[in-house]
Amino acid sequence: MTFNRPDGREFDEMRPIEAKAGIIARADGSGYFKIGDTIALAAVYGPRDLYPKFMQDPTKGVLRVKYNMMPFSGSGDRVRPGASRRSREISFVTERALLSAVNLEDFPNAVVDVFIELPQTDAGTRCAGICAASIALADAGISMKDMVAAVSCGKVGDTLLVDLSYAEEAVEDLPVADMPVSFLPRSGKAVLLQMDGQITKDEILRALEMGKEACEKIYDIQKNALKEKFLKGEQDA
Amino acid sequence: MLNRELKKHVLNALQQGLRYDNRGMDEYREITVEMGISKNAEGSARVKIGGTEVLAGVKMAVEKPYPDRPNDGMLMVNVELTPLSSPDFESGPPRDDAIEIARVTDRGIRESKAIDLTKLNLVPGEKSWSVMIDLVSINDEGNLLDASALAAMAAIINTRMPGLTDKQTVDYKTHTNNKLPLNDFPVAITVFRIGDKLIVDPLLDEIEAMDARLTITSMEDGTICAMQKGGEGSFSLEQIEEMLNIAQRKAAELRSKVKR
Amino acid sequence: MGNLLVQDKSVVVPGEAIAEGMDFLPASGTFREGEKIIASKLGLINVDGRVVRLIPLAGKYLPKSGDTIIGKVSDVTFSGWRLEINSAYTAMLGLKDATSSFIMRGADLTKFFTFGDFIVAKIINVTSQNLVDLTLKGPGLRKLSEGRMIYVSPHKVPRIIGKQGSMVMMLKESTGCNIVVGQNGVIWLSGKPEDEIKAVSAIRKIEAESHMSGLTERIKTHLGNGNTGENNDIQQA
Repeated sequence: MTFNRPDGREFDEMRPIEAKAGIIARADGSGYFKIGDTIALAAVYGPRDLYPKFMQDPTKGVLRVKYNMMPFSGSGDRVRPGASRRSREISFVTERALLSAVNLEDFPNAVVDVFIELPQTDAGTRCAGICAASIALADAGISMKDMVAAVSCGKVGDTLLVDLSYAEEAVEDLPVADMPVSFLPRSGKAVLLQMDGQITKDEILRALEMGKEACEKIYDIQKNALKEKFLKGEQDA
Repeated sequence: MLNRELKKHVLNALQQGLRYDNRGMDEYREITVEMGISKNAEGSARVKIGGTEVLAGVKMAVEKPYPDRPNDGMLMVNVELTPLSSPDFESGPPRDDAIEIARVTDRGIRESKAIDLTKLNLVPGEKSWSVMIDLVSINDEGNLLDASALAAMAAIINTRMPGLTDKQTVDYKTHTNNKLPLNDFPVAITVFRIGDKLIVDPLLDEIEAMDARLTITSMEDGTICAMQKGGEGSFSLEQIEEMLNIAQRKAAELRSKVKR
Repeated sequence: MGNLLVQDKSVVVPGEAIAEGMDFLPASGTFREGEKIIASKLGLINVDGRVVRLIPLAGKYLPKSGDTIIGKVSDVTFSGWRLEINSAYTAMLGLKDATSSFIMRGADLTKFFTFGDFIVAKIINVTSQNLVDLTLKGPGLRKLSEGRMIYVSPHKVPRIIGKQGSMVMMLKESTGCNIVVGQNGVIWLSGKPEDEIKAVSAIRKIEAESHMSGLTERIKTHLGNGNTGENNDIQQA
């Protein structure tokens, strides 16, 4: 029995996406990624001096990611400011995903800081954060093998889905599995994979295929966001 | 890092009535206010003053009132100067600058009785509405305080009370059309002294050159409800009078940017 | 054998395939993967015969020996001064390169240059560890006195200077300001306040329209019309 998505989407259809580059002037690079009602802002500072000095590596640079949800961003109670266990975990899995793409040898002894903040959330937050961060890194001129795209896949009942909304994650009368994934679009390699719920091996592989395809679509949107920023000048003149 | 030569140069231009971006001494950069920018908040707003951008969100909860104020609702203002918005901000607990903006904004709202906290009690001594305002900086190009205070009031005006269950706990899924009980609209205007010149809405260069600043929060009828002096320099009494006049004048202008 | 997959002079993003075929040679900002040449940064493609090069559109200043830069003193040590130069790495100005006069050992170095001072210096060496050495010995190199600093993207500096300095010369002559343009994107101006405003407005316009042709004419008109402060873009046919 197929699960009918509350907003009427197809099982492999993502929510509407909006992406922008260069929206925070003081940052070295920045990105905005909105998918459905989840909005992520990312700012990149660097490469810059890394302190404390003992952390400096003469062979390669360091990438640091800090993910945070604004106190008023979630439905329900206010989220107390400050790092939570969840935000710390998301920070380091995001860091790992981005590290697969960033060329650290380009900035030895230095650090590139990525800050992700979400003013509004409706599931898929870590994935939106990764998409925004990738735009911000490219916008900052950081050398990368590829962009990084991410989307949440999963299962509600027997139906495999792409880009689960909060309402779908919260379904109570059917089993739910939530599987955020991140891919390097060009190579099709997975750089983030997490899952909670119950899912068969076969379903995982099918969901991953769906996720990969969705990430390729996201890549096109990220690409356009970056190019738009430079072509805008020509249109204004 | 203060550079005396650069400061002299800023002051030199000011002596000739010129600011680096050609604005008047008492002119604000373009101000835009957008309400309802975060769906999950009970109220929210985005304020931009020039390139400076601040987001404000209001969340409400039902909590036990303070023992010395058993019949009142509660108000709390928190400021996050995020590392997104400037290379000078780090993540971590609020430092002095964030705390100052939060407390000055709080005083302005509280002392003007902008929100009538007496109307937010549910059960005396037991349950009251708590209004929690979070101000988050997105881009810092100077004047975060004025932008934050304006964003806070815009978010407060945008707020619609959430529903209550029978047990008098918050039902966030229901939104009523009830606004917060509002009495006034305080506006914070910070006036900066550089040499003997007074300006508002400083650029980053001007902030570096500042001798002292005075934030003046005024109510709709011009009554002053909060003040805060900053900076290591001093003011003459004449300067203070002039700053009070500037603040009252500019407050009306900023107030008009928020659709009520 | 080989073909370009994107147009020459188009904007590309990290991971984007630019060309395919073993005849092409990947130069800076690009790398080879199998048959294809891939972009590793956000930038403009420049194909020169068989060489595929990427002109970065973003990123911090990359120190190059011979460049004239403007740095800000961030530290005073026993052997010299450390300067921030809008790069991932700080630069050192040693005692012997700072001045021809004799500095006694143990002298108070802040008497010469102190924290926050802005200095025009030349890069004499960039080590493999990305340490930058500066000298003040040379024409025009000095501590900057009263003036105004603005920061532009280092990638726009060539346009701001112009062919053989023609653009910056036009700015100086038209506004009467003293202008020093550092290769690292730091620009110092000094003149009458209203003239500085005019010069800054013109520089911001060059920044915004640097990739468009006919720039010199437009800037000439912009300066001639007494434009100041606001972005009064003049529509040109």
